[in-house]
Amino acid sequence: CPENEMIRVIRSARTQGEERGVIQRECAAIRAQFRQADSGGRSHNLAKLLYVHMLGYPAHFGQMECVRMIASPRYSEKRIGYLGAMMLLDEKQDASLLITNSIKNDLSHSSQYIQSLALCTLACMGSAEMCRDLAPEIERLLKASNSYIKKKAALCAVHIVRKIPELGELFTPSAHSLLSDKNHGVLHGAVVLITELCERNPGNLDEFRKAVPELVQIMKGLVTSGYSPEHNVAGISDPFLQVRVLRLLRILGRNNDEASDAMNDLLAQVATNTDSSKTAGSAVLYETVLTIMDIKSESGLRVLAVNILGRFLLNNDRNIRYISMTSLQKIVQTDHTAVQRHRGTIVDCLKDQDASVKRRALELSLALVSAANIRSMMKELLRFLSTCPPELRSHATSGIFNAAERYAPSQRWHIDTILHVLITAGGDVRDETVPNLIQLISVASELHCYTVHKLYRALISDISQQSLVQVACWCIGEYGDLLLKGDCDEIEPMQVTEDDVLDVLETILQSHMSSPTSRGFALTAIMKLSTRITNNIDRIRSVVSIYGSCIDVELQQRAVEYNALFKKYDHMRYLIIFDEDSDIHQSGICSLARTESTHAQEHTTFLRFKNTS
Amino acid sequence: MIKAILIFNNHGKPRLSKFYEHYSEDTEQQIIRETFHLVSKRDENVCNFLEGGMLIDGSDNKLIYRHYATLYFVFCVDSSESELGILDLIQVFVETLDKCFENVCELDLIFHVDKVHNILAEMVMGGMVLETNMNEIITQVDAQNKMEKSETFIFQSPRQDR
Repeated sequence: CPENEMIRVIRSARTQGEERGVIQRECAAIRAQFRQADSGGRSHNLAKLLYVHMLGYPAHFGQMECVRMIASPRYSEKRIGYLGAMMLLDEKQDASLLITNSIKNDLSHSSQYIQSLALCTLACMGSAEMCRDLAPEIERLLKASNSYIKKKAALCAVHIVRKIPELGELFTPSAHSLLSDKNHGVLHGAVVLITELCERNPGNLDEFRKAVPELVQIMKGLVTSGYSPEHNVAGISDPFLQVRVLRLLRILGRNNDEASDAMNDLLAQVATNTDSSKTAGSAVLYETVLTIMDIKSESGLRVLAVNILGRFLLNNDRNIRYISMTSLQKIVQTDHTAVQRHRGTIVDCLKDQDASVKRRALELSLALVSAANIRSMMKELLRFLSTCPPELRSHATSGIFNAAERYAPSQRWHIDTILHVLITAGGDVRDETVPNLIQLISVASELHCYTVHKLYRALISDISQQSLVQVACWCIGEYGDLLLKGDCDEIEPMQVTEDDVLDVLETILQSHMSSPTSRGFALTAIMKLSTRITNNIDRIRSVVSIYGSCIDVELQQRAVEYNALFKKYDHMRYLIIFDEDSDIHQSGICSLARTESTHAQEHTTFLRFKNTS
Repeated sequence: MIKAILIFNNHGKPRLSKFYEHYSEDTEQQIIRETFHLVSKRDENVCNFLEGGMLIDGSDNKLIYRHYATLYFVFCVDSSESELGILDLIQVFVETLDKCFENVCELDLIFHVDKVHNILAEMVMGGMVLETNMNEIITQVDAQNKMEKSETFIFQSPRQDR
């Protein structure tokens, strides 16, 4: 048939360019065919266009053809027309309005398969207007005698409710009665619809709580039915339906004692009897556990549930381990102590090969950090940081900083942790955290000497990590005098000269690896040092004047202002308060300023320099 | 809700793309490329779940995938779907394709992508799972194909366009 021929030709193209050429020619031919009033191979032409569309080539010129095909009396043409509409049209285009009438007519067609095409298309791309227009029709179909149509109408109703929540009222009575249908497809659709109605409008909960006994009966039937070849998946009877019902029961039982009571026995039965050796059984078991944890269940049942999750955490199958962690994540806030018992296993998962498992383990680990376990947990998290996959690094660093800030047992520990993260993963630390880190460091006044020494050492071996560079520059600018003095209690002494310090700051200024923000920090640090050092004022002055003609506008502005300080306000240079968005900073300079000159305090305006970061 | 169903081969060539939310053509292609990039990096013995796709928005979206020989089957879903359930659904989908095409292979998908869409339409509708019973799905697909064939016979014009 014609589209196979086209596909063969496209596939024989040896390069992307050749393929493009073939497709251009084919599309031109298709376009010409579309323009002909009556062409025998219409559905083939549209099929060709849809293939081309899948490969990523423009196909919007087929939109009107879809509209025409949908209006055709032939099933084959309607079918491809509707498929095309779902692929090429969306509710924002006028063309989609044109198919509303066809859909309306087809919804009452004598053939269920044509009705089905209309239902499918409405559920996929029905706009709000189309939904409003056709909702009564859908409601009528919910009461049809044909299960094939009923199940499709139910899902169509879900789409309508999502588009226009107020229309939910229209479907509520029929939704409830669908639960007495024997057909699994219909039951499935009914449960999805009721779930949607309850989630959209909590006012519906009372109404549907009346359905809890029916839902429990349905579950009982599925669980005890024995082998039913129709819906059996690995020995479980229709696990898809079971999962849906369990989810609905969760919504209905939440915060409601009566409903929770009514489902308690069933949940216990499913939790103890489901064979979880295959995926199907595990899926059911997980839903059961989550439902037990979310409703008002007896404490014995809750313990059983968390133990099931704990058991799964040790399963050899990675899928099971992954899912048990996502489940534990859902209950970690409400059942914190229960989840803490499994902390060891979770932390072990940080070392798993699988990046998805690592990600879950990281989330859970961060949620499990507490004042009691902060030291051991941080050891594990920092160890994890060194082998962490790149896509998780910035999240990991943020999580570590938050945990450290909440539970730090001492300032020294806190500073060490910050330094460790900056040194191992400074390139992944989010920019927004830098001011916060600076704040934390400035508050720990007894550790200024220690901090600036450690940061300086890290900086001389690596200037590529921007947050490390920024924090280090700030510290050097602020505590440079402590650095130059040389001795520090906590670390090995290291001789650092003024030239050494200026060397590293200038290297940062000149390096192509440095971001504009980092350059700003470096220049400001150099400027600040002019008040703390004695021998290299001229060197600083010349650096500052060079950057007065720098291409980077921010840097240039800064340099020009600093230059002015040297030229016109040299006698006030010591009084300058470098406003860095934080009041804490000012207190550090203020004390220095006060000792330098007393009479200048009569001039109450101090020059201010914003350090934008 | 299922946001998208993608089938592509080991080189990232799309064999089926079905989106249940609207995206521009460019974005659709980007999503296919990004998904292929994420999924092809995975080892063989890791789990079937992936997070971190940037383009299909929503931080609770996951990719659930299975790799069969030369093809990847990927479902992009949000948190309202059971991950293990979707994994089983992919299996049902593939087994159904196998029954409908008799030992299905990549070429079948290439030359009959509209048929694959028709089969999928009996399983997933509007981003929601519709039917999971394989026999039921196949019965309906067969009936619809019969209807199409019988029409061709009735409406056959003298001019052959095959």
